[in-house]
Amino acid sequence: MTARRLALIALAVAATMVGPRAGGAVQLVVSPSTSHVMIASNYAGTRVVLFGGVEGVAPFELPKGAPSYDVVVTVTGPSQTLVARRKERVLGVWANVESRTFVDAPSYLAVLANRPLDAIAAPTLRDSLRIGLDNVIAALSAGAGDAVFRAALIGLETAHGAYAEKSDAVVFFAPGLFRADIALPPDALVGTYAIDVKLFSGGVLAAQGGSTVDVRKVGIVQFIVEAASRHALLYGIVVTAMALGMGWLASVVFRRD
Amino acid sequence: MEIFLPIAGQSIDIFVLLGLGTSVGFVAGMFGVGGGFLMTPLLIFLGISPGVAVASVSTHITASSFSGALSYWRRRAVDLKLSLALLAGGLGGTVSGVWLFTQLRALGQLDLLIGLSYLVMLTAIGTLMLSESLRFMLREWRGTKPMLRRPGAHTWVHGLPLKIRFKNSRIYVSIIPVCAIGYFVGVLGAIMGIGGGFLLVPMLIYFLRVPTTTVIGTSNVLTMATMALAAVTHAATNHLVDGVLALILMAGGVTGAQFGARAAQHMRPERLRFLLGLLVLAVGVRFAFEIFAQPDNPFSVRPLEAGR
Repeated sequence: MTARRLALIALAVAATMVGPRAGGAVQLVVSPSTSHVMIASNYAGTRVVLFGGVEGVAPFELPKGAPSYDVVVTVTGPSQTLVARRKERVLGVWANVESRTFVDAPSYLAVLANRPLDAIAAPTLRDSLRIGLDNVIAALSAGAGDAVFRAALIGLETAHGAYAEKSDAVVFFAPGLFRADIALPPDALVGTYAIDVKLFSGGVLAAQGGSTVDVRKVGIVQFIVEAASRHALLYGIVVTAMALGMGWLASVVFRRD
Repeated sequence: MEIFLPIAGQSIDIFVLLGLGTSVGFVAGMFGVGGGFLMTPLLIFLGISPGVAVASVSTHITASSFSGALSYWRRRAVDLKLSLALLAGGLGGTVSGVWLFTQLRALGQLDLLIGLSYLVMLTAIGTLMLSESLRFMLREWRGTKPMLRRPGAHTWVHGLPLKIRFKNSRIYVSIIPVCAIGYFVGVLGAIMGIGGGFLLVPMLIYFLRVPTTTVIGTSNVLTMATMALAAVTHAATNHLVDGVLALILMAGGVTGAQFGARAAQHMRPERLRFLLGLLVLAVGVRFAFEIFAQPDNPFSVRPLEAGR
């Protein structure tokens, strides 16, 4: 992502806002820096920048100073079923004694904002709009009702880099114009990542918008994945033959007589 | 330099993997074991899912044990007849082991059972090897002439019927304990996801009195055959063999195995057994720690996999 490309996208976002005002109501326009993330053999996590603008307000008419708008960006990756287990000492050994299943939990979940969430909206509003990691996970399924297991899941996934809640990842770089940094982890699952953006003004929801980013495997990575699933036996034989060939090669190369 | 592993679905530093492959390969070549008991836990520690780790390590073991077997073969240090007899038992053991694995999984607590079987096997074998080699070295230090092969010291094993002569190893034993050892190693290998060389080598030495000259080459042939079969089976049924991960581990593994085998030639057998015993015991203690010590976080999260 070059600086020039960033500037172009910012200009494009700004251009969409030089339109007639829609009867006082504001609208949100968002665009990710890319709509496709390719996982090739050199993929080690990546960054997608989301640009957004508030439509219905001429950005340069706004007074300078504290941002009059707040933005919360929620990025949700493909879902998977997660099992959280709790260990306890049983007869001297630590064994799993209890578990909760989180059906269709997001494999990736980032809640990004320009300020701490509790400064943006009241708890009841955040709860009903499902804003914040805990509120998203709590809305999942029956198994997600247990607050202790939920906190453990969020803690572990955050440490792993799959979940994140950041109050400084959205930056207003001009009045009415913002950008958000979305960091995709190295072990991102393939699929559609939904980006949901909510605009708050004075603690109430003013507008919302959204976009998606597709993550997919390409090139040799895609080739291997397909070979391993479609021609499993042949793939296994080829890999094993490769192992034998390499073992033979090494014994020839390092032969000493 | 990070490289993306297509089946594991994550990226890892290629030099970490190469280094891991080389050092485990060195140990493998030196002691004539596959090294799965080191490699599988280490990969899981690096964050690779247990299923992918077990499946991909089998190809790595195939490569390094084949390279080891070839160099022992050239020195005529392989007893092919003995390997085939062991393999006959081993294949039956692998089939029963997979069946047992499925039964244990249905009961839940599979992880704990795998951990416990690692713990019991590793500490038992490690302690046995350590004490035996220490006693041997102590005897030598005292000046009494140690005898590696005691012709008169026949155990009950030598009283069994159906005796067969294994020329290369210069032993004359019943086929029953040979197949039984192969079977036992096959069962444990399938449950623990390892080749079982570290179990096989001491059993061949202590029960069958196979001389140290042929034991490692023979063990390498058996390990290579069972692991090649395991790799194909894992790929065909679970789709969990990561070709890229396997290739990197192999490249390091075969190189390390050659240097390991060479280093082993300059060492006295009892010292080798002492070192292997120490290593096996260390891994066993590591498993004990995991099972008995209080974990930092009592909670763990894992995706619900079809595999395990």
